[in-house]
Amino acid sequence: MSISITLTINGTRREIALDDPRVTLLDLLRERLDLTGTKKGCDRGQCGACTVLVDGRRVNACLALAVSHDGSDVLTIEGLSEGDRLHPVQAAFIDHDGFQCGFCTPGQIMSAVGLIREAQAGNDPERIREAMSGNLCRCGAYAGITEAVLDAQARLAGESRTAGDSQEKAA
Amino acid sequence: MKRFDYIRAGSPAEAVAAGAADGTVFLAGGTNLLDLMKGNVLRPDRLVDVTKLPGLDRIERRPDGSTRIGALVRNGDLAHDAGFARAYPAVAEALLSGASAQLRNAATTAGNLLQRTRCPYFTDTASACNKREPGSGCDALGGETRLHAILGWDSSCIAVNPSDFCVPLAALDAVVEIEGAGGVRSVPLVDFHRLPEGEPWRETLLEPGDLITGVVLPAEAAGFAANSRYLKVRDRTSYAFAVVSAAAALKLDGERIVDARLAFGGVALKPWRARKAEAVLAGQPATPETFRRAAEAALADAKPSGDNAYKIELARRIAVRALTLAKAGTPARMPALPASPFASPLGVAAHA
Amino acid sequence: MPEQTHTRYGSNIGQPLTRREGLLKVTGSARFAADNHPEGMLYAALATSTIARGRVTFLDVAAAKAHPGVVDVIVPGNTPQLAFDPDDKDSPFTFRMDVLQNDRVRYANQAIAVVIGETLEAATEGAALLAPRYDVEPARMGLDGNETFVPPAVGVGEPPDIDNGGDVDAGLAGSAKRVDATYETPAQYHNAMEPHAIVAQWDGDKLTVDTPSQALTMGQGRIAQLFGIDPANILIRSPFLGGGFGSKALMKGPQILGIMAARRTGRPVKLVLRRDQMFGPVGHRAPTRQTVRMGTDDSGQIQAIHHHNHTATSSFDDFFEPAANLSHTLYAAPALKTTHTAVRLDTGTPLFMRAPGEASGSIALESAVDEMAEACGMDPLAFRLKNYAEVEPISGKPFSSKNLRECYEQGAAAFGWSKRAAAPRTMRDEAGLLVGWGMGTATFPALIFAADARATLKADGTGLVEIGAQDMGQGAWTALAQIAADGLGLDIDQVEFRMGSSDLPNGGIAGGSGHTATAGNAIHAAGGDVIAKLARLATDDQRSPLFGAGNAGVVARDGRLVRRDDESRGESYADILARAGLPALEGQGSAGADQDAQKRYAMHAHGAVFAEVKVDPELGQIRCTRLVGAFAAGRVINPRLVRSQYFGGMIWGVSFALHEEAVMDHRSGRPLNANLGEYHVPVNADIPSLEAILVDEKDSIINALGVKGVGEIGITGTAGAIANAVYHATGVRVRQAPIRLERLLGDLPLAAE
Repeated sequence: MSISITLTINGTRREIALDDPRVTLLDLLRERLDLTGTKKGCDRGQCGACTVLVDGRRVNACLALAVSHDGSDVLTIEGLSEGDRLHPVQAAFIDHDGFQCGFCTPGQIMSAVGLIREAQAGNDPERIREAMSGNLCRCGAYAGITEAVLDAQARLAGESRTAGDSQEKAA
Repeated sequence: MKRFDYIRAGSPAEAVAAGAADGTVFLAGGTNLLDLMKGNVLRPDRLVDVTKLPGLDRIERRPDGSTRIGALVRNGDLAHDAGFARAYPAVAEALLSGASAQLRNAATTAGNLLQRTRCPYFTDTASACNKREPGSGCDALGGETRLHAILGWDSSCIAVNPSDFCVPLAALDAVVEIEGAGGVRSVPLVDFHRLPEGEPWRETLLEPGDLITGVVLPAEAAGFAANSRYLKVRDRTSYAFAVVSAAAALKLDGERIVDARLAFGGVALKPWRARKAEAVLAGQPATPETFRRAAEAALADAKPSGDNAYKIELARRIAVRALTLAKAGTPARMPALPASPFASPLGVAAHA
Repeated sequence: MPEQTHTRYGSNIGQPLTRREGLLKVTGSARFAADNHPEGMLYAALATSTIARGRVTFLDVAAAKAHPGVVDVIVPGNTPQLAFDPDDKDSPFTFRMDVLQNDRVRYANQAIAVVIGETLEAATEGAALLAPRYDVEPARMGLDGNETFVPPAVGVGEPPDIDNGGDVDAGLAGSAKRVDATYETPAQYHNAMEPHAIVAQWDGDKLTVDTPSQALTMGQGRIAQLFGIDPANILIRSPFLGGGFGSKALMKGPQILGIMAARRTGRPVKLVLRRDQMFGPVGHRAPTRQTVRMGTDDSGQIQAIHHHNHTATSSFDDFFEPAANLSHTLYAAPALKTTHTAVRLDTGTPLFMRAPGEASGSIALESAVDEMAEACGMDPLAFRLKNYAEVEPISGKPFSSKNLRECYEQGAAAFGWSKRAAAPRTMRDEAGLLVGWGMGTATFPALIFAADARATLKADGTGLVEIGAQDMGQGAWTALAQIAADGLGLDIDQVEFRMGSSDLPNGGIAGGSGHTATAGNAIHAAGGDVIAKLARLATDDQRSPLFGAGNAGVVARDGRLVRRDDESRGESYADILARAGLPALEGQGSAGADQDAQKRYAMHAHGAVFAEVKVDPELGQIRCTRLVGAFAAGRVINPRLVRSQYFGGMIWGVSFALHEEAVMDHRSGRPLNANLGEYHVPVNADIPSLEAILVDEKDSIINALGVKGVGEIGITGTAGAIANAVYHATGVRVRQAPIRLERLLGDLPLAAE
């Protein structure tokens, strides 16, 4: 039995024939679509390494059945930068040394992007830490991660202000 | 994971019909179901995907003042719904103290009600567990029991219900809306989950095929909005299940308690409504002494199920603290660390 | 030998460069082992034992094979023939492994079969369908679970009992104040975020594997030994490790099983451990029960220390956590002895895990020192300064360098230690939470292992430096490249740096906090070698402006050699090579321990860690709200990365003190929290405030670069500092890690009326 689903992955619409309904979104990305940036750390929703955005919201791809997400829009780490231009969260992770081994990093970054979109934390480091607590980092890069999220959020706010300004000028 | 048939239900009636067959489970957020399937704790033959069912993803304020939460409303959406959080702050705080942002974005209202225990002897398929395999026994007895039940347990099962969300729901008289073969019915949440009573494999009142379609908070529940808190003691600051938690809600007339609600998490196989404590509180001055008497009453029947006697005293203290925090008033903004003892700038100073 | 006459100059070392592989890591393009997918690849899944001791009597192989997509099932009897018995031990680094050679089960989560499938889903379900049956024997668990004995050696080859010649019993008997306390630490599992993974492919007798390895050459040797092939026919690629912490230092059974699966099927195979399967075959930190007996005179001067450690190893192999040996280094004591005992249990074999011995030993010793200081009525810092070791207490050797005093001073100042109230349970924050301040001394030996490197200058004047070094997150890709560039007198962007593959020169082990010293010094030497060759080419050549400068010496800087005595005279690398008609010039370098210096000096990094905890006065929940560490570890190659290493270690200290514990069912021998939901490591919200101070320290003895290690020291000192802070906050001394709230609760009274 093959099930056909449609996913928009990193902006590209893809028809996917699934021969097995057991395939998770994570294993679909990693093992069948060669999008291996998303990592499997625990496979049970306990580490956050597999965090991706589904319809704009951060979720654990390991606990999402691909077949159940027919029609969804999926953004992974591979789709975050615009060409050579890093997303501000990616750039901030480098600047603040928000990682060591780099294995949890794609999940941390996607989680941070989701967090900023949720717009619940403001610039309160304590709220950022709480909101990033679904992403374990065994190397212990939490201080840099928190700084990176705050910095990236400020950069993004600056960008959108700038964009808003130029729109106003254009109008 | 066992191979399964996958069916996408188009309507609740279709889901109910498909769900009644043996070996069939509903799939919604999947955060608990897939976890258990990967661990071979659950090996269903058939998944009925209810995520696309229409109309179940809304939070409705109804004319009678009640609020209906659709079964598919995601935990994160519910907690961040400003109107909902204003009316039911303890519910929002409990939700935000559970799991992680990622899991809350996937997990649904109904799924949260149906999440299974974290008892390691339940998830370890090599252990005897009456929940997993009726009649096989309970290896938790005499095992590692630090986090096990202190109320309502018997020798058939000493596990606890892991939900945070259900604790304030129990306190606030939430009602579970169920669609089944015989139509739609409503069950108080406090009756929805069952204590072991020798048959811990019967976890809820659901019959085969029954589909939770929503949870209703009665109009009266919003009357506690000004003085409601959820408090959750954990082994780490975030992303951990409760050691013990409590939801406390008060209606005050000056210093006098007009009405009180108190429920515990992490103490029993169901969210534990402490009615005896509520009776102690009603009509009394909102003082530490009253809170302490209420806590004593709440835990009067508690007994350790193993190496967990400390949880009885901890539960008493959490009750006192949660009531103290509730009396101090619902914070204007959700604390940075929801439900944490480290959340509130008031902290214990509130009862100094 | 004349003094080195050729100086290399560089400005790369010491710069806080960002990670050179950072772009790959933030875009998801860094390929970790499990990200590889060669054409025709199959998936292998382990079936693992649910008993800790006994035999497998039945596996439903037919059911597994009947599952759609299952290709093969490997069980004892049908494995490819091995050339070396995996139960033989020909060196202390050869650890016995379980690779389906028989039906015996020696610990829970041991591999009992491998199922190979066309898809991951098929292989995984195939493994579940095997539904094993067993002859179960009772599991021997817990530190009292078996007969106690004195191990033949602890750690890697250290004697179990060591003393400094003083009479400890007499010293204790003559002491005015004494502490005699026992501390327990639980089993901990490394739990790198990246599970052990391997993608193996055979081409005849040639084998290529993608697998995370902290020791490529050793791993290559182990695979060669087991499969009876030439190491040169084995290529291990490990450009990135998703964390190691010791668990990826050795090839472990599951990796060998992945190679077997590829051999048997004739196709590439990927095998990735499930998280729960990492609680058994890939090592752990053994539990300890440590007793520290210590005595002082009236002035607070330590008279004697006896540190005893009782630990556990597996039933079938030896690794004994050398926890007591931490006491060799830190506090001056005229009488000092350390002893070890152990039991054999039905668990996987323990292994080195970030600061093996030191981490466990540190929380015990630092707690005991805190108790001793209190017994003497002294401030914990004053007590440590009074008992400051000017020479290494166990050996009497001078330190090659030791800036611990500066660490105490700078750490204490940054933390505000002088404002600490002496009495416990007297500090509160504005919210009424109990506040406690504690401290601990950090220390870790400065190790160096054997390694080789190759440096090449190319015709265009750029460089290539190659070494089989390993980056598990510590920053080797960056720090070693900085050393490489300075070694060649080139800007870092002029040097191509290759590492992480076994076809490069032996980079030694990324472990023991010795990798920067090890690989770095080999690289430094290789750079020196090629520059010396280049200098000879120039100074021997009449056509070179450097002709005849041999005695005066030359300096290599920015891609040019110049005369030391007249820097206006010089020539570019490219010009020298061009005139010599050489397409490239190659140099070799190696590193290793300086035996003579090691005989004469004690070599350690040091630090001081100050911790603040807050404790809910009634509920007992603990949060470590602030950590300040000051560390002196020789020369700093890259301060940004070093700070991150210290932070990582300090967070491990938080984890050790407050979170980590493998909970075992003592009846079945199964770990009950073999997952990341319930085996707790700190989350972001557990780490509100970290500060690491890099204390200047110059060490011209330790190695040519003057580098010590920074990867493990942060966990030492920190765990004890937190335990002491919890005591200071609450007045309750918990001598069992992790400190759980129920261990405080009984002693935390309810608030007064």
